[in-house]
Amino acid sequence: MPAAEPPPRQPVTIAWWRNRRVLPWVIQILVALLVLLLIAFLLGNLIRNLTAAGMLLSWRWLGQPASFDIAESLLPFDAAMPYWRGLLAGLVNTLRAVLTGLVGATLLGTAAGMAAFSSNGLLRALVRTYVEVVRNIPLLLQLVFWYFVVFLTLPNGTAALQIPGVVLAKSGLYVAGFAEGLRWAGPQLVNGVWQAPLRLSVEFSALITGLVIYSGAFIAEVVRGGIAAVPRGQWEAAASLGLRWFTTLRRIVLPQALRVIIPGLNTQYISLAKNSSLAVAVGYADLYSVAETTLNQTGRAVEVVVLLMGAYLILDLLISALMNGLNHLVQIKER
Amino acid sequence: MRSITVAKAVRPLFGKAPGLGSRRLGLAVTALLAGLPLLTACAPEGATGLESPKMSQIKARGRLICGVEGKLPGFSFVESSGAYSGLDVDVCKAVAASLLGDPSKVEYRDLNSTERFAALASGEVDLLSRNTTMTLSRDSAGGNGLSFGPTTFYDGQGVMAPTGSGINSLKDLAGKPICVESGTTTELNLADRMRELKVPYTPLKFQTSDQTYAAYLGKRCVAVTSDRSQLAGKRTSFPDPSAHTLLPEVLSKEPLTPATTNGDPVWADAVRWTVYGLMQAEELGITQANVDAKLAEAKASANLADLRRFLGVEGDFGRQLGLPADFVVKSIKASGNYGEIFDRNVGPGSRLKLDRGLNRQWKDGGLIYSPPFR
Repeated sequence: MPAAEPPPRQPVTIAWWRNRRVLPWVIQILVALLVLLLIAFLLGNLIRNLTAAGMLLSWRWLGQPASFDIAESLLPFDAAMPYWRGLLAGLVNTLRAVLTGLVGATLLGTAAGMAAFSSNGLLRALVRTYVEVVRNIPLLLQLVFWYFVVFLTLPNGTAALQIPGVVLAKSGLYVAGFAEGLRWAGPQLVNGVWQAPLRLSVEFSALITGLVIYSGAFIAEVVRGGIAAVPRGQWEAAASLGLRWFTTLRRIVLPQALRVIIPGLNTQYISLAKNSSLAVAVGYADLYSVAETTLNQTGRAVEVVVLLMGAYLILDLLISALMNGLNHLVQIKER
Repeated sequence: MRSITVAKAVRPLFGKAPGLGSRRLGLAVTALLAGLPLLTACAPEGATGLESPKMSQIKARGRLICGVEGKLPGFSFVESSGAYSGLDVDVCKAVAASLLGDPSKVEYRDLNSTERFAALASGEVDLLSRNTTMTLSRDSAGGNGLSFGPTTFYDGQGVMAPTGSGINSLKDLAGKPICVESGTTTELNLADRMRELKVPYTPLKFQTSDQTYAAYLGKRCVAVTSDRSQLAGKRTSFPDPSAHTLLPEVLSKEPLTPATTNGDPVWADAVRWTVYGLMQAEELGITQANVDAKLAEAKASANLADLRRFLGVEGDFGRQLGLPADFVVKSIKASGNYGEIFDRNVGPGSRLKLDRGLNRQWKDGGLIYSPPFR
């Protein structure tokens, strides 16, 4: 018998449903299709129901006169202007509150986070109490407290709280600044009404106070966590060089802690931007408040909510992009 | 009777509610419903031939879900006992009695002025009885798409300021902050009037009436504006009601009207004629106390055709609306006639002590007018 020839090497064929190269693609495409189908179904359902109710989507109302007023607005606005202009004024008010809140909360949070490592026991206990109390009370409740309990019980006129350069009254917060002709001017009482170069409404002040104190507590924890992540050896090395506590923190610990702090800070900033929509509870005319009035007057619930969601989404993505850029800057550059 | 059970079981699954009805379910239900008239034809008396998705849903649930304000004395208010009372609440009770035969089968939902229309449109509430002004944009299909019933209270917008504050007209409010609830017609009327008068002012808007009046009582604003009846009602809950005065000016017409959605005309008619029934009852002198006697009288005398038709002894008004034949009797027993409801909640029998004014019967020079029951 001749020796059996080894069978010729055949190319291995694997059925596509067992092929590791094909299968993931098939699954991905299937899932994508399923998601698209779900979206199509939901959109179809929305359009069917809106058609049945005789309310097809339309954006024409945006150009119609709003016929409502806004209490305060950086962007000039009156009732004869169209809805889009009102919504824009609301957006500007929201940006104003978010930017002020971000700066304030960062300052307060960083200070409180650093104070958690202070050698002063009283200061540490104070910061601990602040963080624990504030973090565990809903923000809405805190805003209502600041506005109705604190700011609205302030006296007016001569009885108002006066600190050099600042007056805090029921009618608003008055701050010294440059008046016309670059003349420095403080708050003045004219005919029983306070006047100053910079006047903030109590609504805005209450909102900012609430946002800064609330977000500040969370930021304090982020900063504390970041500092705690820096190895003890760094503190000891600095101490052995004779550096003082604050210098050590500023020159050695914080730059290293930033890498841990920034991603957490990003989350807090985004939360603050979204939380600013609670302004409506304290009468501040932010984007949400204006949108709510618009929704009620036009009945265009879907359109207004789409605009609202889009605006907050873009705002949060912007904050996120900026913070990611900052994060990139402080990362260790490895070669 | 069998047909009714089928309808009860099936209807809530689809209907007008913006649910995600699958086509197959829809087909099955359509097939079932196509067979329904056959079954109804041999159903015993008492079954109503006409039904609406909303009414089937309410009957299956056994409760009417009524959207109210909830914090407004005289209109809808939670008493210390936990029970709801007020003119708007009595309308809910009358409708529940007329459809379900029991005024206590109502579930109340407190809605603020910005929530109310979405709650109705999404089917979260069956009926909105919540001091809501009827306007074109709210009624029209291109606007909020509501279906308004008969106006239950003709109101006008007013302004309230602390007594002796020197504010006696709108012009005195120049440059001053005014508190107003957001999402209301009052917010727009104020803007319109102040534009006419060329008077600048600062509107401080809050989401709920509680926040609005808290800011006013906190003296953040020098005046608060709303419907005059609402101002009078809220004032009774202030620490010192006499320290606040309503300005004589009336800024607008505010016909406060219960509403359902545009999508279910049968249900809208049932609500409409239940409310008209309360008004007609006052005109005919039928009260909560004498309705049984009137019914006995109608049954005894074949000559009282008007009364017999109205109380459901004769004819088929109830069936035409998809309601029981004696829906009028049941709703009067539940809440009393319109005049009784007014007196008890906002008139002489209440803390508000409002004048009937425009809300008198048409015979007395008012606007309360029920179209004929025939």
